[in-house]
Amino acid sequence: MSAPRVLIDGWVVAQRNLIKIKRVPEILVFVLISPIMFVVLFAYVFGGAIDAGPGLNYREFLIAGIFAQTVVFGATFTGASLAEDMQKGFIDRFRSLPMSRSAVLVGRTGSDIVYNVISLVVMALTGLLVGWRARGSFFDSVSAFLLLIVFAYAISWVMAYIGLIVPSVDVINNASFMVIMPLTFVSNAFVPLETFPSALQTFAEWNPVSTVTQAVRELFGNVPDGFVAPDAWSLQHPVVYTLIWVGIIVIVFVPLSVRQYVRASAK
Amino acid sequence: MVDMIQARGLVKNYGKVTALDGLDLDVPEGSVLGLLGPNGAGKTTAVKILTTLLKADAGQAMVAGIDVRDDPQGVRGKIGLSGQFAAVDEYLTGYENLRMVGRLYRLSAKEAGVRARELLERFGLADAADRPSKTYSGGMRRRLDLAGALVANPPVLVLDEPTTGLDPRSRQQMWDVIEELVAGGTTLLLTTQYLEEADMLADNIIVIDHGRAIAQGTSDDLKSQFGQERIDVVVADAHDAAAAAQIVNTVAFGDVTVKDRNISAAISGDGATHLVEVGKAILDAGIPILDLGMRRPTLDDVFLTLTGETASDEEDVA
Repeated sequence: MSAPRVLIDGWVVAQRNLIKIKRVPEILVFVLISPIMFVVLFAYVFGGAIDAGPGLNYREFLIAGIFAQTVVFGATFTGASLAEDMQKGFIDRFRSLPMSRSAVLVGRTGSDIVYNVISLVVMALTGLLVGWRARGSFFDSVSAFLLLIVFAYAISWVMAYIGLIVPSVDVINNASFMVIMPLTFVSNAFVPLETFPSALQTFAEWNPVSTVTQAVRELFGNVPDGFVAPDAWSLQHPVVYTLIWVGIIVIVFVPLSVRQYVRASAK
Repeated sequence: MVDMIQARGLVKNYGKVTALDGLDLDVPEGSVLGLLGPNGAGKTTAVKILTTLLKADAGQAMVAGIDVRDDPQGVRGKIGLSGQFAAVDEYLTGYENLRMVGRLYRLSAKEAGVRARELLERFGLADAADRPSKTYSGGMRRRLDLAGALVANPPVLVLDEPTTGLDPRSRQQMWDVIEELVAGGTTLLLTTQYLEEADMLADNIIVIDHGRAIAQGTSDDLKSQFGQERIDVVVADAHDAAAAAQIVNTVAFGDVTVKDRNISAAISGDGATHLVEVGKAILDAGIPILDLGMRRPTLDDVFLTLTGETASDEEDVA
């Protein structure tokens, strides 16, 4: 399959998904409500009990974590949409067409970037309202958002694979919850790592959700005075380490998902 | 004539369940094959193999002269598939749905748009073309789905239970559309649970059960095998039964059965005309009747004749 074909067909599929955002804005509301709740919940309920470090307001510490959590949770949407298409026989229709074999997945994950951009914008605005500020340079802030989007894109390929193997939409929500909850909570997204017991701390240090959070936190300048990166290599080079993960996920899950798509068929 | 679809010895197992057990079929160019069977007989599995959605465990299938295993992408360019559930995106309008399918069949954006309008017009959906298809009735969605299968003018059309779940009026509309297509020379493979539908649309019928053909032939062949339409008469007084049976016998094909006040016989030829004749003759003879009716053979009758068991309680495999 020539590259342009994948892109043309992928764009046709993506258009379908984008029309949906316009027609069913409710989808966005649900995508956005939970991260906003998390900001409010953590900032005001748990915030008082958590020490983010000298000279740093917890809310400022928190927002990078919420950004990471939001894009990881948002990826579930990719999987749920594919599971729904499968259930409704839509994937069978696509598979009976002489279109590129990977276009449905390329189009899906591609259009889901738009969801992520929208939710990041809403999160940033919510953050500004509760007192978060980006203190780094403009270039640093752009890099932070780009890193989040690239990371989200990789995770949505993982969810695409899960969406194609589960038998129904209900299952994916539960299945992805079981993966996402430990990944986002056993990380530095909500609390500083120093508070973890040592075994969990090691896991958290190498958890890509921690490193993407750390990278974004540093790029936005949301670190305490006299900040020194932890000993773990992953946290000393959070951008590089996160990008390595992105690479691994893409190399593993793109072919895996495409293979699953080619085989998958609604019952 | 050339076979546009040809399958030999198709086998497909899902774990321990055998969905197809050596199915052969041929659909000559421009003809309609009806694949008739109950739920779980293997109809959908056969369709999926022929439309490249599934790989057979054994056997060979050619569609438009292309081997489905060797060149599935080539086959996809020659077929239009409309499945059991209308694969229509409910948030897209009818026009957007068809345009998308057209683009994926590699029409240019402009061609796809023109073709979409054309098909919407043809299938009586022009008024609803720019409404999200969520607002469509079940019959309209099926027609839209069928239109999707026709976007690229494919030489081979495969319709998997196109009228299952539709009300009688929508079913009739669907039949009209399909008959028109067939008149235009499209080669069609149609699966159905309704003998009546196969009878009306198909040139040849294969009856399948447990993944195997258990009977095949033209609709007339099968009818003479599986019994004809029947006339049932119920007389008011059992004493009149013998006299009424004699009248029924004049149009009967085979034996007339009499049981108490019930008379029943298979009939040949035009059932409705015979029914009127018999009714009139009985009234002329001054015999009071409680009920008079004609019954068409159903899939159940066919299965009863062929296998001695009814078709309705099969396990749903495919």
